[in-house]
Amino acid sequence: MENSKNISRDLFPGALEMMILESLRRQPAHGYVLVQHIQQRSNNLLEVEEGSLYPALQRLLKAKLVKAEWTISSATNRRVRVYEITKNGSLHLEKEISRFDRMLEGIQMVLGPKRGEMNS
Amino acid sequence: MSWLGRIFHRRDMYDELGEEVQAHLEEKTEQIMRLENLPRAEARQAALRAFGNQTLLEERSREVWQWSRLESILADLKFALRRLRRSPGFTITVLLTLAIGIGANTAVFSVVRSVLLKPLPYPDSDQLVSLWLNAPGAAGLANFQKGLPLSASMYFAFSENNRTFQSLGVWIAQKANVTGLARPEEVNTVLVTDGILETLGIPPLAGRALTAADQIPNGPKSIMLSYGYWQRRFGGDHSVIGRTIIVDSQTRTIVGVMPRGFRVVDHDFDILVPFAFERNKQQLAGFGLQGIGRLKPGMTIPEANADIARTIPIWMDSFSNGPGSDSHWYVKWKITPDFHSLKTEVVGSVGSVLWVVMGTIGIVLLIACVNVANLLLVRAEARQLELSIRAALGAGRGRIARELLLESALLGLLGGALGTGVAAAALRFLVVLGPANLPRISEISLDAGSILFTFSISLFSGLFFGAIPAWKYALTRTRVSLGAARTVSAGRERHRSRNILVVAQVAMALVLLVCAMLMIRTFQQLRMVDPGFTDASSLQTLHVAIPDSLVADSRMVVHVQNNIADKLASVPGVTSVGFAQTVPMEGVGHGWNLIYVEGKIYQGDPPIRFYNYISPGYFQALGTSLIAGHDFDWNDVYNLLPKVIVSENLAREEWGSASAAIGKRMREAPSEPWFQVIGVVRDVRYDGVDQGAPAIVYWPALIKNPWMGTFAPRSMAFAVRSKRAGTQTLLNELQQAVWSVNGSLPVASPRTMQEIYSKSLARTSFTLLMLGIAAAMALALGIIGIYGVISYAVSQRTREIGIRMALGAKKGELRLMFVRSAMMLTGIGIVIGLGAAFAVSRLMRTLLFGVSPLDPISFAVVPLILAAAAALASFLPASRAAAVNPVDALKVE
Repeated sequence: MENSKNISRDLFPGALEMMILESLRRQPAHGYVLVQHIQQRSNNLLEVEEGSLYPALQRLLKAKLVKAEWTISSATNRRVRVYEITKNGSLHLEKEISRFDRMLEGIQMVLGPKRGEMNS
Repeated sequence: MSWLGRIFHRRDMYDELGEEVQAHLEEKTEQIMRLENLPRAEARQAALRAFGNQTLLEERSREVWQWSRLESILADLKFALRRLRRSPGFTITVLLTLAIGIGANTAVFSVVRSVLLKPLPYPDSDQLVSLWLNAPGAAGLANFQKGLPLSASMYFAFSENNRTFQSLGVWIAQKANVTGLARPEEVNTVLVTDGILETLGIPPLAGRALTAADQIPNGPKSIMLSYGYWQRRFGGDHSVIGRTIIVDSQTRTIVGVMPRGFRVVDHDFDILVPFAFERNKQQLAGFGLQGIGRLKPGMTIPEANADIARTIPIWMDSFSNGPGSDSHWYVKWKITPDFHSLKTEVVGSVGSVLWVVMGTIGIVLLIACVNVANLLLVRAEARQLELSIRAALGAGRGRIARELLLESALLGLLGGALGTGVAAAALRFLVVLGPANLPRISEISLDAGSILFTFSISLFSGLFFGAIPAWKYALTRTRVSLGAARTVSAGRERHRSRNILVVAQVAMALVLLVCAMLMIRTFQQLRMVDPGFTDASSLQTLHVAIPDSLVADSRMVVHVQNNIADKLASVPGVTSVGFAQTVPMEGVGHGWNLIYVEGKIYQGDPPIRFYNYISPGYFQALGTSLIAGHDFDWNDVYNLLPKVIVSENLAREEWGSASAAIGKRMREAPSEPWFQVIGVVRDVRYDGVDQGAPAIVYWPALIKNPWMGTFAPRSMAFAVRSKRAGTQTLLNELQQAVWSVNGSLPVASPRTMQEIYSKSLARTSFTLLMLGIAAAMALALGIIGIYGVISYAVSQRTREIGIRMALGAKKGELRLMFVRSAMMLTGIGIVIGLGAAFAVSRLMRTLLFGVSPLDPISFAVVPLILAAAAALASFLPASRAAAVNPVDALKVE
């Protein structure tokens, strides 16, 4: 428990939401599938505590970035709540991704080439 | 969904969330069963592990829809309230402790704030300056408590020539007779020059303020009323403006009324009368006026000092002490301005008292908090199992800590709310108690600032005493163990924090008790001081002033006074009567002058001596014994015989002994005839018991000297010795006696000497009372603390006691074991407390009289009292331990 907490703490705030939105952009899904998707896509590098998805989903719902609907899953024949990205959600995601890219770029510029130069 | 809709649909949403999570877990379980071929139960476990803390995560998800945790706090609050309701004994104890602790602090803070912190009730009051002078060159002037007051000529010189003041003026408080209304009465008067009202900056409530035109000698005779006098005498009638009243036989026109609460510096008055000085008749001397001024914006007191220092030579150039006198004679006095802010003047020495009281009351609150923390610790300990279970079920540590803190903050705030009530009551009591020399007492109130203070200390104390159990039970991991709930005898470590709290309590209580003890000793010392008069409770004093418009001739004035004294003496039950310009301890300034003693050669000036004018029989009425020689008789007085009586300390200083003084001669000026010393009287503490007795020259009630001619003081205090002193019937008869001499003479400020005497002790008795209350509370709380800790230890160790008894321990030994542990804690507390008291008592130095801050008696007695109290407090629960039946104790489990 302590361990998984540490990992989820290591994700920066908003990262989980971004990943959820990106997954939902590809296709609507319910919670369980979303987790599987994120874990597979990350080659299990990000071991997201599965439950932490739900508070994040609630935040997205509240911000009207996603919407949800109860349906019967065709695969398991179970009643599931399927989440779908909204138009606002898509816009928000794009903005977040470009912000994230810029941030990553910045971080890399600080860490990357400079470190190489100094070592050589 | 609107926020309203969200609230109504929240329950559904929470249900959906639960369903969703369950579906997730189910799907995960099935997948694990499928992929890893595990039985259902194990797969379910794995799914739960992967999911994380389900309870916590669901709570977090729900929180998304709530208002930033407010609601979960509200829920906790509801829970805390319910829990408090369920244990009324605990709740009432805690709330009472806090209400008293916080209430006392709020009350004292309100006083400190109103008296010390708030600006004076005048606009831009930080510009106001009180004008006192220093005159290091004037021998004997050091006897004045505040410095040299101003003379009228100084007022003219300063106000005409200064560059630093917007306005300045002088004033003096006096009594005046108002006649022509219902019956003659003596009223409190403030005489003012132009500039006083302008300086204070308060506009009149009705009519107009006194102006420069009202100060023209022989100009319009104007007067202003105070709000109180206006209401009392004229029922607040606005048509009073323009009416005339007769003040000291002078008809004066009422031009305005000052608003409610307006005082001249710290002086309540009935009427404001213009001085109307004639500038060209003023001499250099006459230093008896109080000065105040308003600085120009940006000017400082040092600048004002320098500015006025520059005008002092101008003053000496412009005025003289009469033809032929040396107008630069005062150069020798080295007069320099010693101005200070008006607030310093008003607040005076009461600051040190109030800060000491505030400090001690603060300590009481700390002790109270420690007690409450102790109770909360016990309570949290009892809840340990519950808390452990909740932690095991997934409650976050922060959540549990928040709940504990919320409970204690709630207690703090409830205590604070009750405390406000306590404070309001305490303040009312305090104002009724009215310590005479507490300045600005009319301004004391429970205002928004005090309420804010109460709120802050309530919250602070709540968090303070709540933090200890919260830290112990929620934030440290070791505590959260289910096994601990079943231990038989509490471990040493478990008691440690409570023991530390008790030690702290004992130490703080000791400090307060030492302070209170020092005040008690001070009070004792003061009571032992011989004031120079006897049996104060059978000595009635009253004032009668004879205006010159009623009786012009000085000799006649004394005849009237003599008549009054005779009439007073014939009142049944009166054994002796005398009168004097000032009676002891009334706080009235002394007259003074240089006194030349025959046969002495002075380098420069002879020392300044205080004096008093007295009638024959005054000393007898007062009970002040003559040590040598004899009293004046009326023959001496009326024949203006140059005789004088001196105080014992003056006689010793000038001639070595009382008897040696008899027959020696003295005078006020080289041009004056000699006065022969005919008597020496015991020293009288004119300025209060805690001040040394001044050296005094007693002139007869009628005196002749070159510059005043035949002079008799017109305002005299009569001292009437009677067993009936202080009764209304005696007062009525005395009043009738005065009126039988002249119907328009009012009787003013009738008081017994006991009242005057007690008033002079007011500061000490006030401090004593406050410290006494604080110390008593500290002692009580300390005892409760020790009692609580030992009782709890006994109840926790019942089983251990049983085993000990079964193994042969004697009851006495067991009792001793618990008493010993209490005494151990007390001992440590006493040692720490003594160290603190050594440091703290020094701060009280200015409040003590005849007692060292390290008074050995106080420092010896208080630890004994505390130790005895602690022994008693631990003996009761220890006896309970000894009474345990070992069979029952062992059966408990």
